[in-house]
Amino acid sequence: MSEDAPAIEVSGLTVTFGGRLRAVDGVDLRLERGQTVALIGESGSGKSVTLRALMRLHPERRTDVGGHVRIGGRDVMALSRRDLAAYRGREVAMIFQEPLLAFDPVYTVGRQITEAIRTHEPVSESAARARALALFERVRIPSPGRRLDAYPHELSGGMRQRAMIALALACRPKVLLADEPTTALDATVQIQILLLLRELQRELGLSIVFVTHDLGAAVEIADRIAVMYAGRIVEEGSAAQVVRTPHHPYTIGLLRSRAEGALVKGARLEAIPGGPPDLANRPSGCAFRPRCFLAEGRCADDPPVVTPAPGQRTACWHAEAAATAGHAASDAAAVA
Amino acid sequence: MLLYVLKRLAYVTPVAFGVSVVCFLLVHLAPGDPLSAVLPADATQATIDEMRAAYGFDKPLPVQYLIWLWHVLQGDLGVSIATGRPVAGEVGRAVVNSLILASAATLIGFTFGTLFGFVAGYHRNSLADRAASALSVFGVSVPHYWLGMVMVIVFSATLGWLPPTGAGPDGSGNWRPDLDHLRYLILPAITMSVIPTGIIARTVRALVADILAQEFVEALRAKGLDEWGVFRHVVRNAAPTALAIMGLQLGYLLGGSILIETVFAWPGTGFLLNAAIFQRDLPLLQGSILVLAMFFVALNLLVDVMQTALDPRIERA
Repeated sequence: MSEDAPAIEVSGLTVTFGGRLRAVDGVDLRLERGQTVALIGESGSGKSVTLRALMRLHPERRTDVGGHVRIGGRDVMALSRRDLAAYRGREVAMIFQEPLLAFDPVYTVGRQITEAIRTHEPVSESAARARALALFERVRIPSPGRRLDAYPHELSGGMRQRAMIALALACRPKVLLADEPTTALDATVQIQILLLLRELQRELGLSIVFVTHDLGAAVEIADRIAVMYAGRIVEEGSAAQVVRTPHHPYTIGLLRSRAEGALVKGARLEAIPGGPPDLANRPSGCAFRPRCFLAEGRCADDPPVVTPAPGQRTACWHAEAAATAGHAASDAAAVA
Repeated sequence: MLLYVLKRLAYVTPVAFGVSVVCFLLVHLAPGDPLSAVLPADATQATIDEMRAAYGFDKPLPVQYLIWLWHVLQGDLGVSIATGRPVAGEVGRAVVNSLILASAATLIGFTFGTLFGFVAGYHRNSLADRAASALSVFGVSVPHYWLGMVMVIVFSATLGWLPPTGAGPDGSGNWRPDLDHLRYLILPAITMSVIPTGIIARTVRALVADILAQEFVEALRAKGLDEWGVFRHVVRNAAPTALAIMGLQLGYLLGGSILIETVFAWPGTGFLLNAAIFQRDLPLLQGSILVLAMFFVALNLLVDVMQTALDPRIERA
C-alpha cells in the first residue's frame, strides 16, 4: 500500500447483473485517507452494489464488473483469488445493514471474531480472544467477556451492531465500508452507533464509505456526500455544499422530502413524484428526467458534469436553475 | 442441557405408553383366532379352551393388556406360538441384524446423499446438479423390491460376484463383522440405501442452496475467508437438519424393510414380522412391533437432543 495514494479511487465503475441489468453505470469516486464519504440514494440506486464492488463481493459467474477500483493505490480488480481473500477483512472491512443476518447463527460472536483474526494473522486462539475482548470493550459492549460467548440471536440489535463493528475492526483495516449500518436500528441506538463510528474513525484514522438513504445520518458522519440515482452519482461535494447549495434537482427533492424541521401538524410532506426507473430499461440521458420539475428536451442527452463550486460536481443540464429553485423553496419554507 | 434431556425423557413416557396400547390392540383387532393356526383342525373344544387359558386369551382385554405390559416391563415379551422360544430373544437377534443392515444402508445413503446434495447445492442448475437431481428422483421412485431382484439377477445370478440371500455363509442368523459376512451385506445394504440417498440428497441440496443465499455467507467472504473456510460454515449450518433427516431415515429403515429383508432373506425384524404375520404368531408380532416402535421413539429423542446440542437457536428450556 503506497503511502500517498488516496484511500479509495474508483473510476468508470459499472456493475451489470445477468448481462442485462446495469445497477451501477459509470461511478467515479475518490476518497482521501481519514475521510468519510456518504453514498446516499433510494433503494435500487446502486449504492450498496457499488459498495460490494469495492470488495469484489458480487458472484463472478452472474456479474460483470467494469472500470477501475484502487484502494490505497492497489488495483482491486487485478487481485488474485488468494490476494483478494487476504485483502478482504484486513485492508478493507464491511459492516452490514442487519447484523442478525450477517453473523453466522450457529457460532458465538466471539468465535466469529477470533476466526477473522486467525484467518489473517498467525496467533493462538487465546491471543485472538484477548483481542476480541479488547475490541468489545472498545465498542463499549457491557460485560464483554460474557457477550463474547453469546450467540448472535442472544444480543440486542444495538449490541449486535457494536459486535459487527468490533468484527470489522478486528484486523485493523484502513478502510471501512458501512452498508446502511443504522437503518435496522431504533432511533436512539442509531445515534449511538453513529457517534461510535465517528469516534473510531477519528481515533483510528479510518476512511469510511457510508451507504445510507438517511440524509440526517449522512450529515452527521460524512465529510463528503455523493448522491446516487439509477446507478450514477448525480451530485457530489462536501457535506455542507450538498446540503446547503444543492445543484441537482434530485438532491433538492431529497432535501425537501425530509420530515425534520417541516413537521408541522397538517403540513404536507413533500415527496418526489414517480418512482425510480427500471434499471433494465433506463431512460436515455438523465435518468431522473421523468420525475424532474425542470425536465426538457435536451435532458434526453447525457447531462454535462458541471462544477458549481470547487469540490462540488453536479451532472445536470440545469444546475444553476435548479440551485435557484432550491434556494427559493428553502427561503419560502423559512418564511412560512 | 441435562435438564433438557430429562424433560424430553418425561415427554416420551406417555408416548411410549400410547404406543404399547396401540401395539397390543392392533393385533387383537385382526380377525381370526391366534390359536387356530397352531392347533390341529380337529382339536376338541376342551383342548382349545385349555390352550386359550394357557396363553391367557380367556381373560378380558384390559386384564390381558395389564398382564402383557407387566411382563414387557420386565423384559419378557412372551413365548412365540410357532417356535415355542422366547420372543425377546428372537426379536433381539432380528433387531441386531436389522440394525446392521439399516446402519450400513444409512451410512451409504448419508455419504452419497450429502455428497450429491452439496455438489448440487453449490452448483445449482449446472450439469452436476441435474445429474444429482435425476439420480435422487430415481432413488426415491424406484421400487425397492424390484431393484433388489435386479441386483440379485445382475450381481449374483449373472456375474456371480456376491451371494444373493442370507446373512452369512453358515446360513445362521448371526452376522459377524468379517469379510465373509460383509459380502452378504453389500447387496441388501446398497438396495436399501437408494431411498435415503435420494431423500438426503434433495434435502441437503435445498439446505445448502438456502444457506449459501444467506447474508452471513457474504459477510464471511467479506472478512477474508476463502471458499474452504466458507464451506466449513455451510457444513456446520447444514449439520443439524442433515443429521435429523439421517436419524429419521435410519428409523424408517429399521422398521420399513420388510420387502428388502424378504427379497434377500435377511434375518432381521422385517423378515421376522413377515413370518409372524403369516404364521399368526401373536406374541411374536406384538413383541416385534413394540420393539420397533420403541426404537423409533428413542431415535426421535436422540435426534432432538442432537439437534439441540448443535443448533443454539433451538430452545433448551
